[in-house]
Amino acid sequence: MARIVGGIGTSHIPAIGIAMAKQQCEDPYWRPFFQAYGPVRNWLEAVQPTVAIVIYNDHGLNFFLDKMPAFAIGAAAEYRNADEGWGLPTLTPFPGDTAFSWHLIESLSAADFDLTTCQEMLVDHGFVVPMQLMWPNTPAWPVRTIPIHVNTVQHPLPTPRRCLKFGEALGQAIASWPQDERVVVLGTGGLSHQLDGRRAGFINKPFDLYCLEKIERDPEALARYSIRDLVELAGTQGPELIQWLVMRGALGSAVRRLESNYQVPISNTGSGLLLLETAA
Amino acid sequence: MPQTRKTTSFEPSAHGREIWGTTIFDGNAARRGYPLNKMCFSFNEAHNRTEFLRDENAYCRKYGLDEAQREAVRRRDVLALIAAGGNIYYLAKLAGIFGLNVQDIGAQQTGRSVEDFRAMLRAAGD
Repeated sequence: MARIVGGIGTSHIPAIGIAMAKQQCEDPYWRPFFQAYGPVRNWLEAVQPTVAIVIYNDHGLNFFLDKMPAFAIGAAAEYRNADEGWGLPTLTPFPGDTAFSWHLIESLSAADFDLTTCQEMLVDHGFVVPMQLMWPNTPAWPVRTIPIHVNTVQHPLPTPRRCLKFGEALGQAIASWPQDERVVVLGTGGLSHQLDGRRAGFINKPFDLYCLEKIERDPEALARYSIRDLVELAGTQGPELIQWLVMRGALGSAVRRLESNYQVPISNTGSGLLLLETAA
Repeated sequence: MPQTRKTTSFEPSAHGREIWGTTIFDGNAARRGYPLNKMCFSFNEAHNRTEFLRDENAYCRKYGLDEAQREAVRRRDVLALIAAGGNIYYLAKLAGIFGLNVQDIGAQQTGRSVEDFRAMLRAAGD
């Protein structure tokens, strides 16, 4: 049977990938940020997940505004990245797991979550940066991957409550897969940031710290918010928190926090890192 | 600058009031900005970026940008691009052509120097 070994909440901003590409991880600005990932990498090395399910939002690479799914899932044999408009390097393709993807699609549909299914899917920095953070400098990705996109681009966005419930259904779908897999779920993005408008640069450290605590112990407290609340409290891109809520929902009620870190500013964001292990 | 509810309690709000300095990219914005965002989406391909740089006006015409959108592109004016329906993720691809990163466009939108904008970000950690 497939089993979720844990969940990780992490930033996914492009600046991280650029810093890694330019080998700036030891610069004073970046050092505390990257150092916090050391224990997470050690944990991954110890638990050896076989599959990573990555919850992220596409930022205008695979999906345009002509068709914008609320939830979409990859069902491809492999996933490639692209330059995204900035000349980013293309990486070793990420291996998929089509049978597992289709199992998730069937199970989630039976649980009333209808996903857009993607047999071809380009993955952008929202997916790629967390993978690079978890497994840096790897010649071949050590896990198969399943990307799940949540719309945080064009409002209305899925509500926090729906995302938590989606995560719960995802957790049940994973647990009902008969193959013997160790699954890690990555919830990516956030925390508070605002790139656009006169309020650009808005960061809300107290709220970010509140979210880091609540996502672990009381995710229902975060599910009460409207998307508008999240925009007000965490900036226009702050609703990426819903991707953390999907991850958290998948883990079930009992979790142990193994690592937590918060850095501000990382580029224009308050950057959170959280490693939660499922408690048997 | 006003930073609403920054240190108050984090109770969900019952109202839907406008948020200062903030545009929600909703259906109205998505309709208004469609040609502009579609043009920016095309910049995912390097050859389109080259074509844009070769003849910016012709490229804007090809995507059917209206006058306000074309003027905002000409002036590299991010607030005007947003007012004309631009979505920041697509605009970031346009900004990238001019070598502008998110701190550069943050500085522009808030009327600060890039150094002042970075200092403001750092102050958020205090």
